[in-house]
Amino acid sequence: MSSVLYDVPGPRARLRNRLVGAATVLVVAALLALVVWRLIDTGQFDAQKWSIFTYTRPWLLLLEGLGATLGAFIVAAIGAMALGFILAVGRLSDHRWLRVPVGWIVEVLRAVPVLIFMMLLYYGLPVAGIRVEPYWAVVIALIAYNGSVLAEALRAGVESLPRGQREAGYAIGLRKNAVMRLILLPQAVRAMMPVIISQLVVALKDTALGFIITYPELLHYIQLLGGQVPFGTPLVPTAIVGGSIYVVLCLLLSYVAYRVQKGSRRSPKIRHDAPAAGEGDAATVTEFIAVQKGAEGRKRR
Amino acid sequence: MNVPQLWLHALQGTLVLFFAGGVIALVLGIIVGTMRVSPVPIARAVGAVYVNWIRNTPLTLVMFFFAFCIPILVGSRMNSLTLATIALGVYTATYVAETIRSGVNTVPVGQAEAARAIGLSFGQVMSLVVLPQAFRSVIPPMVSVFIALLKNTTVAAGFSVLNLGSVALYLSEIREPGRNDNLLQTMMSGENLLLTLILIALIFVVLVLLLAWLQRVLEKKWRVER
Repeated sequence: MSSVLYDVPGPRARLRNRLVGAATVLVVAALLALVVWRLIDTGQFDAQKWSIFTYTRPWLLLLEGLGATLGAFIVAAIGAMALGFILAVGRLSDHRWLRVPVGWIVEVLRAVPVLIFMMLLYYGLPVAGIRVEPYWAVVIALIAYNGSVLAEALRAGVESLPRGQREAGYAIGLRKNAVMRLILLPQAVRAMMPVIISQLVVALKDTALGFIITYPELLHYIQLLGGQVPFGTPLVPTAIVGGSIYVVLCLLLSYVAYRVQKGSRRSPKIRHDAPAAGEGDAATVTEFIAVQKGAEGRKRR
Repeated sequence: MNVPQLWLHALQGTLVLFFAGGVIALVLGIIVGTMRVSPVPIARAVGAVYVNWIRNTPLTLVMFFFAFCIPILVGSRMNSLTLATIALGVYTATYVAETIRSGVNTVPVGQAEAARAIGLSFGQVMSLVVLPQAFRSVIPPMVSVFIALLKNTTVAAGFSVLNLGSVALYLSEIREPGRNDNLLQTMMSGENLLLTLILIALIFVVLVLLLAWLQRVLEKKWRVER
């Protein structure tokens, strides 16, 4: 897409591009060299610090942390999708008494920082006599936040469908419920699949917030292993290794979102008002909704 | 430190994180965003690697790295607020860059083509034709990025930075007895952690809804007529 912004470079532009490219390489190389120099200078490549990874136990602990992260993520993902459906249907309801309160709930849940929500559950509720395990604090907060974001995405998906879909459903004698369940939501889910998956990446990333409210997930074990004095407190090595696990996980899920988006772009059945949607999370969801509002405006005019 | 002082410092911490982090994110994001649409393949690749890498790293991990690993690498103790601010800026910059890139991509192809056809260079195409148009469609999603930034300032609470995210826990440590004749004072005193946290959640809801309102106003004002 961006290749439209400039011509096929001529000889002078090619030279200039090469110079800029060389400058970029130099700057990046200098930054990398600085980091590597600091790593070597502070002895981060010492065999003692990395020898922790020659034992089985640290790996088992990292695996345990990974299990805890994925355990929270999977339950939160399923719960968020369920909540997203419920809230989306509520927001699309014909009844004002249902639509308006659900709208407020979605707005508030989206506005509260996930960490504050987790703290409310973990530190706040015990005051009222309800003890919440860190695991459930993480899961419930993630369900609440991501569920409300997914609800907005689904709603935008349903509203972007051509009106004929709904009308055709009524015309063949379906009821409101069946029109929503059989016609509108399946299409909305399909159109919004990239957005839904990238929101799941956000949920996966946010499980790391559990670290702050003492949920023993991957980051917790990274810190635990990083503080082992017999290995010379290998915090940097464990952060590099453990951090890579996080990044690889999220990249895999993002890649799935990317593939789904490419696949749906090829499919002729889905309209493409917003080619930009689906690459990110909250920001792009809003963009998508904004674009669709714009599209509606166009239709009306 | 007494209660009002603590709140003042907390508010100050959040504001520093938001504004200083925002400035870092904007500067870095504009640089990276420009790299991602530039005609230099290497610059595009570097931008893509940076954006994809950081965006697929949890913010908590980025902050963890800055809070614990950077002081080791630099070899001296550093202010935790500074480190958290830089981490927040580095993380948010990727979202700024992506917003700018997709904003540039929303400008119709014909605009850049027409500009090129009348002989403008890449710099002129960008500065005179594409960016002024992209700016309008970039602002609403950019406000979303800043809403996310505001909410993300709370993550610094996990790394010994006093801000609105962590003030409840600091308050519960000092425990000033008495003086709870009304609800707001009880909430502020931190005696009842549940009420204090609800107050903080409310503060964020109000701030976020305020920004969202600003976003809607700007969106209406700068709606792109195409």
